Amino acid sequence: MNIVVCLKQVPKKDSILRIGADQKWIDERDLSYEMSEADAYALEEALRQKEKHGGEVIVISSGPERVRQSIKEALAKGADRAIHLTDPLFNSGDPAVIARALAGALKNEKFDLIFTGLQSDDYGFAQVGLILAEMLGLPSATIVMEVQPEDSGVRVKRELESGWFQWVKLPMPALLTIQSGINQLRYATLKGIMAAKKKEIKEVKAADIGFTESDAISAQSIQRAYFPEKTKRTEIIEGKPAEAAAKLMEKLRFDARVF
Amino acid sequence: MDYTLTEEQEQLRRLVEDFVAREVKPYEETAGEDFPWPLFRKLGELGLASIPFPTEYGGGGLDYTSYSIVLEELSRLGTHLGSVLAVHGLPQLILNQFGDESQKRKYLPAMARAELLGAFALTEPQAGSDAAAIKTRAELRGDKYILRGQKIWITHGGDADVYLVMAVTEKGKGSKGISSFIIEKGTPGLAFGKRERPMGLAHHTREVFFEDCEAPRSCLVGREGDGFKVAMTALDSGRITVASTSLGLAQSAFDYALSYANERQAFGKSIGEFQGIQFMLADMAAAIEAARCVTRKAAFLRDNGLPFNAIASMAKLLATDAAMKVTTDAVQIYGGYGTSEDYPVQALFRQAKIGQIVEGTNQIQRMIIARELLKKFKQ
Ligand SMILES: Cc1cc2nc3c(=O)[nH]c(=O)nc-3n(C[C@H](O)[C@H](O)[C@H](O)COP(=O)(O)OP(=O)(O)OC[C@H]3O[C@@H](n4cnc5c(N)ncnc54)[C@H](O)[C@@H]3O)c2cc1C
Repeated sequence: MNIVVCLKQVPKKDSILRIGADQKWIDERDLSYEMSEADAYALEEALRQKEKHGGEVIVISSGPERVRQSIKEALAKGADRAIHLTDPLFNSGDPAVIARALAGALKNEKFDLIFTGLQSDDYGFAQVGLILAEMLGLPSATIVMEVQPEDSGVRVKRELESGWFQWVKLPMPALLTIQSGINQLRYATLKGIMAAKKKEIKEVKAADIGFTESDAISAQSIQRAYFPEKTKRTEIIEGKPAEAAAKLMEKLRFDARVF
Repeated sequence: MDYTLTEEQEQLRRLVEDFVAREVKPYEETAGEDFPWPLFRKLGELGLASIPFPTEYGGGGLDYTSYSIVLEELSRLGTHLGSVLAVHGLPQLILNQFGDESQKRKYLPAMARAELLGAFALTEPQAGSDAAAIKTRAELRGDKYILRGQKIWITHGGDADVYLVMAVTEKGKGSKGISSFIIEKGTPGLAFGKRERPMGLAHHTREVFFEDCEAPRSCLVGREGDGFKVAMTALDSGRITVASTSLGLAQSAFDYALSYANERQAFGKSIGEFQGIQFMLADMAAAIEAARCVTRKAAFLRDNGLPFNAIASMAKLLATDAAMKVTTDAVQIYGGYGTSEDYPVQALFRQAKIGQIVEGTNQIQRMIIARELLKKFKQ
């Protein structure tokens, strides 16, 4: 079974973020990057499926040179080869543009499943996977918690609201967006890191896949990026000390959720 | 010489970061003084318990530069595992360089998988810096060596599965009468004394006793009489590892101090705005950079088969002195809080002192450097 995993590289979770000069996005200088969390789980799930059923795991990622780091990490963990969409024309904050580029690069690939993370840790649109499925004419399922390939297709467990689940069957090839926490992430071992040196990373430019200027036109754009504006509100809890303390505990538990 | 990390080195560094965040921190929060076996075993699974040793014996087959980067990173992230690997590395290095084929096959792959933990036993109560003055005896009787004597300050003592032991096989010949042995835990007559409880370290060193300890003849590593050379060869490389862990320690103290200087307010501003603090921070950063350059150079020379022992001593000297200075200043920048066990810098400060003493005190490093410098006039 061949599985494509779409990876996105995002600023590390503990980064100190600053707003960029144009106020449209963060200042990307001096940042450290990592694989978006849900994508890391998607990769892990693909590697586990490969271990059970054989086949190949192909990772694909769009972005500048620095993205190689995350691609290499995926290869070190056990992915077989990679496709890196390096053309600046692909860079976009519009999930449709990214999906179009990915679709172009995947047109000639043979695969049974495509995994994406449920959503990225930066924009959090949760759209690229779905738009990509639409462009490739594939069935799709979102918020996937378990993947069970069967003879004629794949059974997946989806997470619903309030602790509910749902099993869905799809024909293959299909696209699944994977929820974080579906499995336990492996490490890239020293052996894996050295083995990754020999694995293929195919660089793809716009011209290679017939992606044109007009394909890069964004249908949506970011108006302004800003930090949450702080509002200060002081609440005085009245009553006897014991009652006030009980009320305070309740507020800490249910409003502030610090317990 | 390149000052940037290769893609693979950066990946190794990230692997360490990932491992420490996910498993080491949670473990160490509740761990006591006992050796951290689960973490050590995991280092084996990750391929980090034998980074610079040959792949044919299960090692990583990487260079000392990569090894040094991993040790620095482990230390920077506040775990003692860097020192654990550095000590484990001494018997590995000796077996790899001086051991015979059957010794290599017997121990190296298991040490690479972290199934066996190694220790290095040279120091004795009456012989530290003057290592050639050791008294532990090893006498060949039939097909057995009988060892008698005492070692002290042995890191991993009592926990380690294998001990690389220096002992005198021929009395009166000084350093030329010393031989090295690989002794397994459980060998009759091998016993352990009390822990020495050195400051700043999570796990302890121990006394090791040889009470008519009977070891098979096959435990001799290298030739009889080569033991001192064997030990010094291991320590030459070991100094790069001590320099690396000290750098990580210094970097960690510096990072704490820098962010504290930015936060702590006095006289209506952050203390980092006072020139008195700024000069300290600048000196700390400069000392770390300089020591790191020399440490990388020592690794580079070693990796390229060039003489490196004087520069390895310089790296050890500069990096451990930098760590002492930087951690001292970090405590100063934290003020009273710096001395509190609720804050991290005092622990780094106590640990830094150890670096100036182990694997040859810094006085001994200066002796080694000077001897190299003056050598050319002696012919
Ligand atoms: C935490 C820790 C872990 C250790 N782990 C190990 C281990 O795993 N295996 C092992 O074999 N040993 C180990 N040691 C021992 C360590 O190597 C010795 O402590 C060290 O070599 C110094 O020896 P000493 O303590 O006997 O000091 P001494 O040799 O007595 O030195 C005392 C002082 O005199 C100075 N001095 C000595 N000779 C000269 C000279 N010629 N010129 C100028 N000054 C001199 C020294 O620099 C020092 O300041 C460990 C020690 C510690 C603290």
